[in-house]
Amino acid sequence: MEHLKTAVKKGFKFFVKSGIAAWVILLIIWQTASGFTLPEFLPGPVQTLQGLKEVIESGVLLEDIAISMQRVVIGWVKGLLIAIPTGLLVGRFQVVKWLVEPFVNFFRFVPAIGFLSLFLMWFGVGEESKLVLITYATVFPVVINTVAGVAGIDPVKYQAAESLGATKVQSFFTVTVPAAVPGIFTGIRLGLSSAIISIVSAEMLAANSGIGYLIYTSRLYYRTDWIFVGIVTLGLLGFLADKLLRKIGSTMFKHYGIVNQ
Amino acid sequence: MAAENKGKQGKITVKNLGKQYDAADEKKHMLFSKNINPDAIFQDDEEHYVLKGVNLTIEEGEFHIFLGASGCGKSTLLNIIAGFLDKTEGSVLLDGKEITKPGPDRGVVFQNADSAIFPWLTVYKNVEYGLKMQHVEKDRRKKIVENAIELVGLWEHKKKYPSELSGGMKQRVQIARSIASNPEILIMDEPFGALDAQTRRILQDELISIWQKTKKTILFVTHDLQEAVYLGEKISIFSAAPNANIAAKVTVPFAYPRNLNDGEVAEFTRGVHESLDKAMNAHGDKVIDKSAIAGRGFLCGS
Repeated sequence: MEHLKTAVKKGFKFFVKSGIAAWVILLIIWQTASGFTLPEFLPGPVQTLQGLKEVIESGVLLEDIAISMQRVVIGWVKGLLIAIPTGLLVGRFQVVKWLVEPFVNFFRFVPAIGFLSLFLMWFGVGEESKLVLITYATVFPVVINTVAGVAGIDPVKYQAAESLGATKVQSFFTVTVPAAVPGIFTGIRLGLSSAIISIVSAEMLAANSGIGYLIYTSRLYYRTDWIFVGIVTLGLLGFLADKLLRKIGSTMFKHYGIVNQ
Repeated sequence: MAAENKGKQGKITVKNLGKQYDAADEKKHMLFSKNINPDAIFQDDEEHYVLKGVNLTIEEGEFHIFLGASGCGKSTLLNIIAGFLDKTEGSVLLDGKEITKPGPDRGVVFQNADSAIFPWLTVYKNVEYGLKMQHVEKDRRKKIVENAIELVGLWEHKKKYPSELSGGMKQRVQIARSIASNPEILIMDEPFGALDAQTRRILQDELISIWQKTKKTILFVTHDLQEAVYLGEKISIFSAAPNANIAAKVTVPFAYPRNLNDGEVAEFTRGVHESLDKAMNAHGDKVIDKSAIAGRGFLCGS
């Protein structure tokens, strides 16, 4: 009897702590609320599942996921290639900081979607404009966190490197870069979420595939359940991608001081 | 070795050295202290100096101690010798050459090992770091690194990362890393201050043995009187800032290893203690200024 009691207690604790409880509560509220409205206005979890079945069976969803993720990854990696070196230089060299930081502090308040029309005009309706948009969205969180990572480096590390014979260039590559890894990594993660968020804007106009396209065009057919499928898919993709990224980071950069939480 | 040095030019020669406070910085700091009028401290020119008129010679192979309370003249002088700080006036020479910037001819062991060693490198790679930067070729590098790691007794731990090491082991990594570059002088800034008493004693003994094996010149900063007498051949006792100076230079006349409980050594330690007290009270008429100085972090190691 005692055993059973503790087992139940343990099970309940896990149920609440793991976040499953939160999802169950959300599903209950969602299902209940949908009961009071039309499915075209708010489809419940059950209808959404039916919608999900449709888009999976027709192969649309997997295709959309593949194309969206491809865009996210390419745009994001391009963003990283621009942002990480920029952040390192801005963080390390005062002159570069004076030259670059004003732009960063200005444009980081202009969301990617603000550039949508402009990018369409400049880069056309093809893939290019979407990738540029995602890259743009990635750059700022990565630059800002990389700069913060560099700024947080203990000056004693530079003194140590110099008194061991390192030149300024050597200490940039052997102290600044590795010591900034935790900051860079935070930037990489936030950059990814920023890239995933901006995929919807990127695919809203001038696209004929992708999760964003699915969400945006489903309203034309009054398929609100497909919109929910798209939303849930985006959330799940982001969640899983971040989890994977954290796992990779905390294994690969174990000794660089990345905290996996 | 010492015979090669002609005349009385030491390893390190400090002549009439002065170091000014950064007045603006200091005043800003003062505003946070209660009951102190910053202008009272900065009104006359001589009050602007942390160090003033310092003269010192450290001979080749000497184990030299800077002793003084945390009034911080000693850490400032150490930072100038290491090349991290600019001096205001006078000269600081290493083997007759003016010191202007840090370099591998002066190995530095920092107070806080956690900020000084590189956590992303193994013990081996940390020790190898300086040699790599100086483009020492591979085979020679390997030999030097292995010797240095052996010297500080970290052979079994050479593949570990700093996060897997104790505080005492991390300081050994720092010592090995500096010695690998074969510096002219080893500069140590209260390196054992954060260690427990037991570990500190072990490391002190090992440092003496490393010094005897390598015959390196060592400059060691401490505020611990016992440590000074236990380790040093020569002790420079610092007066309090502002206008800090070396108030007394003492030669410790005992052979190693020393026993601090021995009657003669204890008697000697008491004498050094008195000199230290006297040095600290040298500006006895400026009590307010002194307490203000002691409360700030400017240029302090701690």
